[in-house]
Amino acid sequence: MGGGVAALAACAPAKSTAAAQPRPATAPAPARDTTRLPPGAGAVSAPNADPFPSTYVVPASRATLIRNVTVLTAAGPTIRGGSVLLRDGKIAAVGTSVTAPGDAEIIDGQGKYLTPGIIDDHSHMGVYAAPGGDALSDGNELTNPVTANVWAEHSVCPQDPQFPRALASGVTTAQILPGSGNLIGGRSVVLKLVPSASVQGMKFPGAKYGLKMACGENPKRVYANRGPSTRMGNVAGYRAAWIQAEAYRRRWDKWNADHQGDPPQRDPGLETLAEVLRGNILVHNHCYRADEMMQMIDIAKEFGYKIRSFHHGVEAYKIADRLAKEGISASLWSDWGGFKMEAMDGVRANLAMVSAAGARAIVHSDDPSGMQRLNQDAAKAMAAGEQIGIHTTEDQAIKWLTINPAWALGLDDRIGSIEVGKNADVVLWSADPFSVYARVDRVWLDGAAAYDRANPASWWRTDFELGNVPLPAGGK
Amino acid sequence: MQNGKREAGSGKRARRRGMALALTLFVVPAVRAQTVAITGGKVYPVSGPAIENGTVLVRDGKIVAVGANVAVPNGATRIDATGKWVTPGLINALTGLGVAEVNAVPSTVDRTARGDSGVAASFPVWEGINPASTLFAPARNEGVTSVGVIPTGGLIAGQAAVIDLVPGTLTDMINKAPIAMVAQFGDARDGGSTARGEQFARLKELLEDARAYSRRRAEFERAQTRPFAARRADLEALVPVVEGRLPLLLNVDQASDIEAVLRLARETNVKVIVAGGAESWEVADKLAAANVPVIVGAMINIPQSFSTLGSRQETPALLQRAGVKMVLIGTGSGEEGFNVRNLKYDAGVAVAYGLKWDDALRAITLTPAEVLGVANRVGSLQPGRDANIVVWSGDPFEFATRVEHVLIRGREVVQPSRQDELMQRYKTYPPAYRKP
Repeated sequence: MGGGVAALAACAPAKSTAAAQPRPATAPAPARDTTRLPPGAGAVSAPNADPFPSTYVVPASRATLIRNVTVLTAAGPTIRGGSVLLRDGKIAAVGTSVTAPGDAEIIDGQGKYLTPGIIDDHSHMGVYAAPGGDALSDGNELTNPVTANVWAEHSVCPQDPQFPRALASGVTTAQILPGSGNLIGGRSVVLKLVPSASVQGMKFPGAKYGLKMACGENPKRVYANRGPSTRMGNVAGYRAAWIQAEAYRRRWDKWNADHQGDPPQRDPGLETLAEVLRGNILVHNHCYRADEMMQMIDIAKEFGYKIRSFHHGVEAYKIADRLAKEGISASLWSDWGGFKMEAMDGVRANLAMVSAAGARAIVHSDDPSGMQRLNQDAAKAMAAGEQIGIHTTEDQAIKWLTINPAWALGLDDRIGSIEVGKNADVVLWSADPFSVYARVDRVWLDGAAAYDRANPASWWRTDFELGNVPLPAGGK
Repeated sequence: MQNGKREAGSGKRARRRGMALALTLFVVPAVRAQTVAITGGKVYPVSGPAIENGTVLVRDGKIVAVGANVAVPNGATRIDATGKWVTPGLINALTGLGVAEVNAVPSTVDRTARGDSGVAASFPVWEGINPASTLFAPARNEGVTSVGVIPTGGLIAGQAAVIDLVPGTLTDMINKAPIAMVAQFGDARDGGSTARGEQFARLKELLEDARAYSRRRAEFERAQTRPFAARRADLEALVPVVEGRLPLLLNVDQASDIEAVLRLARETNVKVIVAGGAESWEVADKLAAANVPVIVGAMINIPQSFSTLGSRQETPALLQRAGVKMVLIGTGSGEEGFNVRNLKYDAGVAVAYGLKWDDALRAITLTPAEVLGVANRVGSLQPGRDANIVVWSGDPFEFATRVEHVLIRGREVVQPSRQDELMQRYKTYPPAYRKP
């Protein structure tokens, strides 16, 4: 992880988000802040790293002590009879003997389970908003096999009723990705699951962007008539794009260094790809088959970028040792597979096998229904591993849902575990979260009460739901 | 017909046969003894209260005794179920098992008929079932012993069957066919009708014409009837429906559409089953009063379309409370194919959302058997029923629970699935590629 991100950890999320943007590793600073340029001298032509800044503000909240809970910290062994203090949006104390400040609200967890907020690094909420149909189908820009120029956030509908349902299932952070119809599908965006009239109000301040890439059947099916129509055509397409991106990065890095003459012509797609080459945008690569993942690793080496996570990876277990060696995480389902040729070899122990080989295993959803049961997906994978002699403890499995996806998003210094100083995103479960009977009782996001099952009147209800979706107690 | 088909797909079918042969090498020595006694377990007959330390006695593939004080005959093969849970085999009512191998590969999918203007009543979906499908093993290895095989698409999709997941030929597998006529009503637009009212009128016309046809077959053969709304074979297939011998299973979600289906049933005197039923809880009292069963899941809560705005996970519990005959199916993500096994998790989730545990077990065993018309053979542990029995290491709905034994018609049927073979092959690094 770059030093830029580490420095960001000190920035309170509530502070000016313009200051919290990742600094390009090689691109010099002037290009980032257009306000410093004289009017008309590149205000439009120079890249702006953050043209759609987050407006999210950490809500004010009362200090909260959650006591008498079994804490799965994702950072160490389970703490039984534990207490966690949330203050000013952060986790202020964790342990078996935590004293609450006088003004703190005390929650008696009655021996229930407390976990970090769940993080889904593969979601299409907002870009395929419910109730669906063509009007809300905004996730795949299927007009060109390479659309590095599109940004998922420009498709996100914040009134998607899928958001509150995910939150009520313990998900506090989600990466929204473009679809997988294109070789290079565009930029992702990382959102906090909070009500907002705009996507900017949900954007995780300071989070890096991701780049969606896709292998295999989807692009070659979508572009069968104009190409790529084969897997070799897919690979030719990625390489052509990176060759362009590399030349673009050189042109701009040179201009940024010497400011000689007019700045080069901007290209929004190549700008995104150049940021990948500089290490400022993380690659999330949809890829099912082991052989294709190995080829994507070689392409990444050829052009000098890193793949942060393979998504879906139903064959990740076949190359788990290689993923561990390359430091690439695997974002997986427990048992979704078989629906197409490249998904035929899906096995339920995939997560356990990848984890046992030392690679970062992540439970992801790619689905607003599965997203509400990521804990159950983890439990299925644990049990399947057990059947073939791979024992996974709850302390390991909780990482699949929290700190590992946080790492995939480059946010593991801020979220994903219950440790002092981390953002206070925590979930109180009615039972062991790896039991089928567990329900989410309460969610705190940045220390503020975000969901309380016992208080339906407090539930987040999107604009769309008003008058359309029945209330639990009757009426709409 | 079936032979012709096999030859047509020779390469793939031959490969599948090869795989099936390889698998037979794994087969756990079959409990083919005449008599099997499963002893010491906590037995859930479903047709009656649970029995602690119970015995289930099986002879020649049938259950002959269930109880706490059943004498085990000498020579019986014993399965020690001490500390285990014993239930009937699970029944997943709505699947495409055997007729949909890889959904994205059309040559392996035989679930949707072309039909005639959206009407495929004569389509017997089971005739396309491939007993060599790799998808049966994952289901039965996790305790699913019977499934409904359901056609899809069109206004009238065709006829469904119940098969038992016993290794063998299609004839061996068929439990009952047909068990229902399958149709859609509501926003399914693939029947050629775009307006609900038109769908209603067409369904009614088809049912009325089937009734007229059944009374005037002779005149029809002499071309002395008015033209009917469907081809002869489709009318013929609808006759058992209008005679009340075959239920009409309608995929329908919106509350007002369910009410329309209830009106259709009243006006045509047809027995209906509601499947999908996203908003069925809103009309639960009416469904109970009309004695119409509902097939639902417990994992649907997103207003994914304007027909399912009322989706909620309490639906199974609310239907049960209202007295509706309720069948649970798998509705999590990717419940097709090798995840037909995940039915039990819908049962667990339904319990988390208010359904009683016993009712949840019934909703995946005896109730589907009753609704699909096969309860005389499967769905409960009582004398005379087929010995479709699962021994679990604990609560069947929990993820950590293992399946210890699966018997179908008295035979142990657990054998490694294709997925099991892959896991064995790759659980070491570098992969062992061991020959099975």
